[in-house]
Amino acid sequence: MPSIFEDQFRSSASKLTGDLRHRSLIQKSLKGYEKSRDEKQARFQDWEAARLAAAETKWEAINHLDKYLSEFADNLTARGTKVFWASTAEDARNYMLNLALEKRARTIIKSKTMTSEEIHLNEALAKAGYDVVESDLGEFIVQLRGEVPYHLVFPAMHLTRDEISHLFHEKLGSPETDNPEELTMTARREMRIKYCKADIGISGANFAVAETGMISITENEGNARLTTSLPKIHVALLGIEKVLPKLGDLALFLPMLATAGTGQQLTCYNSMIGGPRQADELDGPEEFHVILLDNRRTQLLADAEQRDALHCIRCGACLNVCPIFRNVGGQSYGTTYQGPIGSVITPHLRGLPDWKHLSFASSLCGACTETCPVKIDLHHHLLQNRRNATALESSQLDRNSFRAFAFLVNHPGVFEVVAKVSRLLQPLHRLVAGSKIDPLLAWTATREAPIIAKESFRQYWKSQHK
Amino acid sequence: MSQRNEILGRIREALRLEAHGPKHAGATGDGARTGATPREWLPVAPNDQEGMAEAFARNCVELRTQYSHVASPAELIRKLLELKNAEGWKLIASHRAPILSSILPSVGLPILLMENGPAIADIERADVGITVCDALIAQTGSILLTSRSAGGRALSVLPPHHVVVARESQLLPDLTAAFELLKKTYSDNYPSFITLITGPSRTGDIERILVLGAHGPRILTVVLLPDEKGGSTL
Repeated sequence: MPSIFEDQFRSSASKLTGDLRHRSLIQKSLKGYEKSRDEKQARFQDWEAARLAAAETKWEAINHLDKYLSEFADNLTARGTKVFWASTAEDARNYMLNLALEKRARTIIKSKTMTSEEIHLNEALAKAGYDVVESDLGEFIVQLRGEVPYHLVFPAMHLTRDEISHLFHEKLGSPETDNPEELTMTARREMRIKYCKADIGISGANFAVAETGMISITENEGNARLTTSLPKIHVALLGIEKVLPKLGDLALFLPMLATAGTGQQLTCYNSMIGGPRQADELDGPEEFHVILLDNRRTQLLADAEQRDALHCIRCGACLNVCPIFRNVGGQSYGTTYQGPIGSVITPHLRGLPDWKHLSFASSLCGACTETCPVKIDLHHHLLQNRRNATALESSQLDRNSFRAFAFLVNHPGVFEVVAKVSRLLQPLHRLVAGSKIDPLLAWTATREAPIIAKESFRQYWKSQHK
Repeated sequence: MSQRNEILGRIREALRLEAHGPKHAGATGDGARTGATPREWLPVAPNDQEGMAEAFARNCVELRTQYSHVASPAELIRKLLELKNAEGWKLIASHRAPILSSILPSVGLPILLMENGPAIADIERADVGITVCDALIAQTGSILLTSRSAGGRALSVLPPHHVVVARESQLLPDLTAAFELLKKTYSDNYPSFITLITGPSRTGDIERILVLGAHGPRILTVVLLPDEKGGSTL
């Protein structure tokens, strides 16, 4: 039985693959991304060596995670940061809720963090009566629409400026415009008011530097800087896999993340935060809390075969090049993390039975593996997930079909006869192709069936080598 | 503490099974990497003074940072007066630094000093935030500054225009050098906030069209000054 998540995925995916407007919008933005990514990648003296070094560094960090995570936490604690270790999403949410209650917070401002999407933090805070505002422009837009982000780096890439203009007009009362700059300024004004009165700022982190006990945040808009500077309390929520051993590792990871993620040499702001306001400093939050989230990451860690999926730096490059993502769209996945990386890790984080369908939504072309800046073997992990899914539950029909197929290809004589018969029957199939009684409807509903050749390769070979 | 031990326990348990190393002979798994530095793979960075200034200027054009290289503090004052008139500045926000206290009074505007602990709303009203920095990075066109060197966290991000005053000797070739400098300057006591600023604030969230001034400064100006004779710093 397919899970409800599979049904959702199938129905949304088949709707969007036929949506030409959606397709051209996504293709257009990704074409721009590809051009600038190629240009920035070409500036590297050796992109391949850089990828290898990044993969090695992450390998070192993940395979000694206990050591580096302790170092990270101890360094932070030593400088006045409160570190909370959360085993589950619920633990992390409760910590946040208790903190907000204890501090009598009312307004909470957030900068982009996919980890908070993963634990459904906004819903929990809103339900408890807090005013929670996303400050990243793309996140703000999808929040106003009551949607989940479309892409882990470009949350609103599926919307046109007209749609955003209507949205702002309706929800914020701003005049209609087709000028992206005016729309951005509307959000800026709206957000400035919130910043000045927010009691708590919540951010994520792109990296956690063990050596110095710092989180590193990569952004372009400046909203993360404001979120982590102005409110009296700053809370950073991050997965335990974000660790890097040394501060100097950022010299490699910051430009790689920018190049692979957005096609920039470096994003506008890369900020490293190692504590609350120190005694000799002029401003900054009085309290800094870091929530380290497991939420089944240790399960993925225990799978030595796919452990390198924890190397992911969430650049989104594998989404951008994936032919499936580009056609089914980010929201069809129904997951926090979309695209190839999401299809690899979601079954680990949320259970294989419900999410096994994701690994079949792949052409196994390997574009994801080729582009990954930390060399995660994504398409092989999809294959491994398929293997694990089949071991869990395989249909009688699948087993019989493959048995028949194996028999056929192991018996050349039979194969030849079947091929001949099929060729003779194919004209008959054409009469029913695409109709309800077509046995091959799954294929012919959207494609033409290939014509069986007049001569098999074996026959051709024989005739050429007499 | 128990949650910490639980998670660390699960991690140690999980790591008992060894994973394949990255496909590379140099991976030893004990942190001793091949000794190569990112310098060998990252974009080329010039090492000489002239080359660094040139590369920095080139990156500024691409990033839309306003960059000027002036010959003297007097020229810096003229530059600031020009900006004041062009943009109609009425209030400057700044912090204490020798070079700033010697030139800012000549601009003839009220100055909001971060040392006096102004309210957020007041800093927000300032037309410009003027700071010094820790370094300029030629390779990427970035400015390195910290909460200790540049008047805290808000000053360089809240006002709509950020002006950075730097000395020629603050030019560094690349990010590797920037992190080495941080270590050298602060390793016993890091500031709570360090940032690399690479161009004015921007977004591409609407149809991937570039818009400057998303939440941070719309305009970023870098003014490069010659070193003071006698080698004193900012």
